[in-house]
Amino acid sequence: MVAALNAALRDALTNDPRTLVFGEDVGELGGVYRVTEGLQRAFGTERVFNTPIAEAGIAGICVGLSLAGWRPVAEMQFDGFSYPALDQIVSHIAKYRNRTRGRTSMPIVIRIPSFGGIRGKEHHGESPETYYAHTAGLKVVVPSGALDAYRLLALAIADPDPVIFLEPKSRYWAKEQGELAVDGPPIGRAWIRREGDACTLVTYGAMVARCLEAAEVLARERISCRVLDLRSLVPLDLHTLAESVRKTGRVVVVHEAPRTLGMGAEIAARIMEEAFDYLEAPVLRVTGYDVPYPPAALEQRYLPSIERISAAVRRVVSH
Amino acid sequence: MAMHEDPHDAALVRLVAPDGTAVGDTDVGLKPDELRDLLRLMILSRRLDRECMALQRQGELTVYPPFEGQEAAQVGSAFALEPDDFVFPSFRELAAAVARGVDVVEYLQYHRGVWHGGPFDPIASRFAPICVPVATQIVHAVGWAMGARLDGLPVCALAYFGDGATSEGDFHEAANMAAVFGAPAILLCQNNGWAISVPLREQTAGPIHARAEGYGMPGVLVDGNDVLAVYSVTRAAAERARAGGGPTLIEALTYRMGPHSTADDATKYRSADEVRLWRERDPIDRYLKHLLASGIADESFVADCEDEAKEWVADVRAGIASLGPPPAEELFAFAYAEPPESLERDRRSATDGPDG
Repeated sequence: MVAALNAALRDALTNDPRTLVFGEDVGELGGVYRVTEGLQRAFGTERVFNTPIAEAGIAGICVGLSLAGWRPVAEMQFDGFSYPALDQIVSHIAKYRNRTRGRTSMPIVIRIPSFGGIRGKEHHGESPETYYAHTAGLKVVVPSGALDAYRLLALAIADPDPVIFLEPKSRYWAKEQGELAVDGPPIGRAWIRREGDACTLVTYGAMVARCLEAAEVLARERISCRVLDLRSLVPLDLHTLAESVRKTGRVVVVHEAPRTLGMGAEIAARIMEEAFDYLEAPVLRVTGYDVPYPPAALEQRYLPSIERISAAVRRVVSH
Repeated sequence: MAMHEDPHDAALVRLVAPDGTAVGDTDVGLKPDELRDLLRLMILSRRLDRECMALQRQGELTVYPPFEGQEAAQVGSAFALEPDDFVFPSFRELAAAVARGVDVVEYLQYHRGVWHGGPFDPIASRFAPICVPVATQIVHAVGWAMGARLDGLPVCALAYFGDGATSEGDFHEAANMAAVFGAPAILLCQNNGWAISVPLREQTAGPIHARAEGYGMPGVLVDGNDVLAVYSVTRAAAERARAGGGPTLIEALTYRMGPHSTADDATKYRSADEVRLWRERDPIDRYLKHLLASGIADESFVADCEDEAKEWVADVRAGIASLGPPPAEELFAFAYAEPPESLERDRRSATDGPDG
């Protein structure tokens, strides 16, 4: 996925001379995850540059650069270090177009290496998606694999609205065969990763791979699961969500973020509004717990496991 | 007394003393009609500010933050910019907006509660939306300046903020980034001594302009009630920025004669003596005396300005009265360039009723 993200940035820098890439250590080092490796050498220090350690500043200069006609693609070094930027993102990046009655655009992408599963230290395993999804004016996307990471990042950079781009760190090194292409589902559309008719697993990011594994396990028990990769948390693909409910009648939502007011709550509520009559069982959630993200030694006890996902599916199927 | 009240600081740039006498080189490179225009803009601004206070009391505007006393700091600095430069205001810079030619009725849509901070055209006006989160606009100015520099444009950005804003992290991040990137930006602090009810001495323990050295940029202390001095130091900072010299921090010592906003009572936290002292340093009286004494303006010019101001604010009042609530569709019209499908049902509900 790292190479795919790098290619998306490289292509954007090549195709649009107004694209800028910046953040902490993104220059010569190529970022702590090497997503920007080689870009400064290829495109120069004016278009790919290091910033001081100033997350609010990084987000804030995106506003000014946008007003000056640039397309900023900023990197936050880690999920847990992105919070100082929240004020600029919530108060300005999300609201500027509306504040100016559409006379200005904020074509900004904020890339944030996110989520857990990498045996990281404290502040390196956060799931910040709800903060952004709850902020009107932003789009929020999460790729689950390399090919879609390329597509989503290319689409995010081309988007006239600000996009919070959450990269699942635990999938950075996952390989996926295929050709990098922008063609495919746009932002705002979910993607069915596996067909099934007994239950739909609704998920995103690194949990897509885990749900696919769980679906394999369940298939051996003759429980056929559809796996829906949301990709885009805002806008949410209500159409595909409702269609999945109509088809399978049962839904389990899986995410790493804590349960309370996580995306699972929103998805369950939307299903009630959109497709209640098709439900054959309550919507269940398999999520992180409502506790601070744990240290490495405990993180797999915290993250949704194949066992927890499978158990939830068995429960709704036997309802 | 606010600790900034009369700093006999050797660094203070002052060209005209409070009694109107020249104490420095008042030839700042402006022609007589431009010198008169500075006075005219300050008179127009003050008349507008007082009208806005009245309109608020009459229920025609929502909460309003008056700027009376700060006309020189705002008009002098805005006047020093070129048309293509870009201003990033906080929420008390209506006088700067007047000096920049921003459509005032459009601007006041904000204070009427008709729209948020950018109902005028910020790109055409080269004046960013009214910015309320303290100090956040300084970072925007730095970003815009960085972008202009990448384009090789001979322009600069000017951010207005108050003394209280210098306590915010965003002030620090903006100043540091501006200096690191050599951004053509002017960081203009209007030190009016008070952050709502908190005096400067409780806000910060050292001189604001002196912080510039730590960031690696020049810092200037100017008498913010001396319009020529403000013009002069801003002009120099702008020229320096345009020539690739990087940012400048300007601390303009001034005073907010009124309350922080119509929602507070300034007599509760500051003394009448202090206010009286600053009334004697009034920026308009001072400059008027100077222009009359130097023969650049006469009483009839001043009378003309007053007449113009009276007529103009009457037009503004009429313009504001005509501002009704926008249609409900506008709740949704500008949130996204391409509104998500999921918003469509909400839009119908808001415009056609709950069954829509």
